[in-house]
Amino acid sequence: MTSLFEYAPALESRSIVDLRPSYGLFVDGEFTEGTGTPFTTLNPATEEVLSEVATASDADVDRAVRAARRAFVKTWGPMRPADRGKYLFRIARLLQERAREFAVLETLDNGKPIRESRDVDVPLAAAHFFYHAGWADKLEHAGLGPAPRPLGVAGQVIPWNFPLMMLAWKIAPALATGNTVVLKPAETTPLTALLFAEVCQQADLPPGVVNIVTGAGETGRAVISHPDVDKVAFTGSTEVGRSIARTVAGTHKRLTLELGGKAANIVFDDAPVDQAVEGIVRGIFFNQGHVCCAGSRLLVQESVHDEVVAALQRRIGTLRVGDPLDKNTDLGAINSAEQLARIRELTAFGETEGATCWQPEGDLPARGYWFKPTVFTGVSSAHRIARDEVFGPVLSVLTFRTPDEAVAKANNSTYGLSAGVWSEKGSRILSITSKLRAGVVWANTFNEFDPTSPFGGYKQSGYGREGGRQGLAAYLRGDA
Amino acid sequence: MTYVLDPDALAGGEAPVGGPAGTPPDPFADVTRSDAAFRAFLHGLPGVDAVGAQQRTAVLGTRSIKTTAKAWAIDTAISMVDLTTLEGSDTPGKVRSLAAKARRPDPEDPACPAVAAVCVYGDLAGVAKEALAGTGIKVAAVATAFPSGRASRAVKLADVRDAVANGADEIDMVIDRGAFLAGRYLDVYEEIVAVKEACGPAHLKVILETGELVTLDNARRASWLAMLAGGDFIKTSTGKISPAATLPVCLVMLEAVRDFRAATGRQVGVKPAGGIKTTKDAVKHLVLINETVGEDWLSPDWFRLGASSLLNDLLLQRQKLRTGHYSGPDHVSVD
Amino acid sequence: MSDRLTVRKTYKLYVNGAFPRSESGRTYEVTDARGHFLANAAWASRKDARDAVVAARGAFAKWSAATAYNRGQVLYRVAEVMEGRAAQFAEEVAAGEGLSSSKARAEVDAAIDRWVWYAGWTDKLAAVLGSTNPVAGPYFGFSMPEPTGVVAVLAPQRSSLLGLVSVLAPVLAGGNTAVVVSSKGRPLPAITLGEVLATSDVPGGVVNLLTGDAAEIGPWLAEHADVDAVDLAGTAGPLAMELERSAAGTVKRVLRAPAEEPDWSGDPGLSRLRPFLETKSVWHPIGL
Repeated sequence: MTSLFEYAPALESRSIVDLRPSYGLFVDGEFTEGTGTPFTTLNPATEEVLSEVATASDADVDRAVRAARRAFVKTWGPMRPADRGKYLFRIARLLQERAREFAVLETLDNGKPIRESRDVDVPLAAAHFFYHAGWADKLEHAGLGPAPRPLGVAGQVIPWNFPLMMLAWKIAPALATGNTVVLKPAETTPLTALLFAEVCQQADLPPGVVNIVTGAGETGRAVISHPDVDKVAFTGSTEVGRSIARTVAGTHKRLTLELGGKAANIVFDDAPVDQAVEGIVRGIFFNQGHVCCAGSRLLVQESVHDEVVAALQRRIGTLRVGDPLDKNTDLGAINSAEQLARIRELTAFGETEGATCWQPEGDLPARGYWFKPTVFTGVSSAHRIARDEVFGPVLSVLTFRTPDEAVAKANNSTYGLSAGVWSEKGSRILSITSKLRAGVVWANTFNEFDPTSPFGGYKQSGYGREGGRQGLAAYLRGDA
Repeated sequence: MTYVLDPDALAGGEAPVGGPAGTPPDPFADVTRSDAAFRAFLHGLPGVDAVGAQQRTAVLGTRSIKTTAKAWAIDTAISMVDLTTLEGSDTPGKVRSLAAKARRPDPEDPACPAVAAVCVYGDLAGVAKEALAGTGIKVAAVATAFPSGRASRAVKLADVRDAVANGADEIDMVIDRGAFLAGRYLDVYEEIVAVKEACGPAHLKVILETGELVTLDNARRASWLAMLAGGDFIKTSTGKISPAATLPVCLVMLEAVRDFRAATGRQVGVKPAGGIKTTKDAVKHLVLINETVGEDWLSPDWFRLGASSLLNDLLLQRQKLRTGHYSGPDHVSVD
Repeated sequence: MSDRLTVRKTYKLYVNGAFPRSESGRTYEVTDARGHFLANAAWASRKDARDAVVAARGAFAKWSAATAYNRGQVLYRVAEVMEGRAAQFAEEVAAGEGLSSSKARAEVDAAIDRWVWYAGWTDKLAAVLGSTNPVAGPYFGFSMPEPTGVVAVLAPQRSSLLGLVSVLAPVLAGGNTAVVVSSKGRPLPAITLGEVLATSDVPGGVVNLLTGDAAEIGPWLAEHADVDAVDLAGTAGPLAMELERSAAGTVKRVLRAPAEEPDWSGDPGLSRLRPFLETKSVWHPIGL
């Protein structure tokens, strides 16, 4: 798209990040070698190798769990709750101080636009620590009885879409409630977790309280199946979530799962249209659509379908796709070749099933993993692109005629993580909101997050909440 | 009622489809047939969610405009400035001095573009006209009992005729906010139609004074009302009321001109005025145009910045880009 | 003693507000604690479980949307109706559990009181478990508890009435509907409870009571894609683990059974309400 007003490249400098050629595991307060075969992590925007990262074997995971147990028994568990809180406040501040470094590293490793890592991921990660820090010495007010107790060692496995933010969502509540942690970041995005380990050192967090074990699925399995882990928390696909639930069955381990989604974003004919279009864009193109709560099914009232789709296409035409480090980029790279292949496969289904595919004009970068923002119209509830989670920048547009039909179609999913509803009519908003079977409902907005707001799914989108007072229950044993 | 949206809204404007004088263009020819009909129309426009609008402009505000893009933006912004003085203490001398600056904003750099217009009170329009003769810089005069608009229609129309007779190329009128807020939309409409007629060949900018209309819903309705009545530009503010031009208001007005052109084929300009003081503010407005309505509005014919102190900041930034070091207030002229 | 020939009752299932026999036609012998024959109970099959799930799902929309006040009154009404049949319950508990009549009566009283306790919870849950969320932006955010959906309850095997009520009432108080598999060996109080529910104000389908074997029906319920949660109270050991594994296939919420069946007389707190409540967080902009 050439225009009168071409924005010159506005690249965020990489120099703030000190990338090391290789990274080890973080166990018991130290960076150590892993005994598994190391793997490389790429910049998905360029396919450039960023670094080599250790793989934690079963033995390494065992070492990490033991370190976590020791810390739980000897330091972190007995510590004055107020002091635990102070460590978390320290971490929050350090994340803020090193925000630019984290943002650049996240963008390099993940492919997301620097605007998002800078304005969303990193600030929210810091906010999660700040929020939970305050809980550490107030847990008797969490509604779980007068003396809730931590569970012990938490084994946590997180995905690649929000590497640092998911880490914060996992580690902050676990530590605030007095647990210790063994966390496995995703194979394609381990770097900010390892930088976070440095922050733990910088904060003088006692050794073993946080342990980071990198690796692929095998390492994750070792973490969740370790017998001395008391609590398993997982964010990722529903398929893996099911297998984790099977693994944990019959043990003493407590489990929370935050899994996939196929959120409906419902637009009524009385919606504030310009903001609804923004919300649709934000709903599906935020983070390249690599969002479990993405508004991937647009349910638009038939009477305004054409206008909304036209306005949406016009707006998508202004999205800036390209170098994630450019501060003006709206849509970055797909995180991995594997994910790109999955997006391609599912969109191919969309076309063979008879939906109409639309993409804006313009070229994609030659190297790296890229996918254009894509809109399918003429989608029916029976199509795979209306049922399967694409986890990419692909929107399916369906229509409805009445509020009841909107609710029925919105709920017609095995998922139930989130939903959106757009209308200027207050009573309609409240009615639809109460009928949607989803854990988060954004009314006249979308994809907003906050540590005070519990997040999590209904149905096969998982169970347990992260954030808010409700989120503490996942890490505490209470009497009430 | 969202039919105002159209897939081709960004396409080039077609020939204006005008009804008879005082009649809105098709397909809205009958919406002013009665107060009730007009009210139904204006209240049927899509609502504006203020938080969403704010959020959109905040994100656009993070656009990083550097090097060549910044240079282009600064020159474009300068060329869009309606250099304004609207003080009780204005004198012919002050206006001449402003006109000199308008012609050659940066005395040290002849390559610096001239501004779009000089904006003054009607009685000084003649002074401005004379000082700007042969430059192509327009003379804009505020009229209609600016800034409050609290005078009889006869006085307002006389004010307009006087300014036009003094040589004003453009008339910046104020709408009757009292009537608007009281729901007498047809009165407001008819007054604009009458002013437009009194303007003769002069272009009409309609000041909505959005700071007094308060809500973005009102800003959208007033925009449509002014466009239907024949305004050539819609303008946010007099500059005498705070808040004046804000990015969300400008966003809503840009959406309105975009949708209006899509529906009627007639392109209307937008002028935020008041409160735009820095280059950063001006660039944010250009980004807003670029990503809301596109480059068709990226010209002084369709977008103006009503300002006074802004120009000096644009010049300082321009000098910085040109010379590579920071400039200072003594390197731009005092108005 | 009268020489009148008694009219014996045929024990049936309670599904969708009606009292069907098992579609399988099967029955099994119920004996008292000392092994003396008490009655023949319907032996529910997987198809009965299937029908019960359909009934529970059908009843969910209305029951979950009822006002909390209304649900409270309905549960309180169950206590009222039970009170009138306390003697019958006591007799069944005494026979089934081998308790003295006074102890059995105490169990019944505690069971009735439990309904009252949960009746009082329905309109407190939102205040206690919900929240307004002070998010860092111009949004009003609130979170509210909502029922999970259809809950399969495998009732305790030993405590045939108090245990049963202790697991069923919280499921209902939260707005869920239930498919209950009673104690296999001591099903009579469950059957009588079905009659109480049928004559109280609980809408048909909200509670479905199956008598039979949790080991046989449980797996069908744990795997059933239209069941949202499972309470494993009446299971133990390998069966409990197997059911939990099955439930994982559809990401069901699972409330595990304690290692040993607890003393049901203690204050349950929120421990049996929370597992069957979801939290929904809602955001809306605050603007003019």
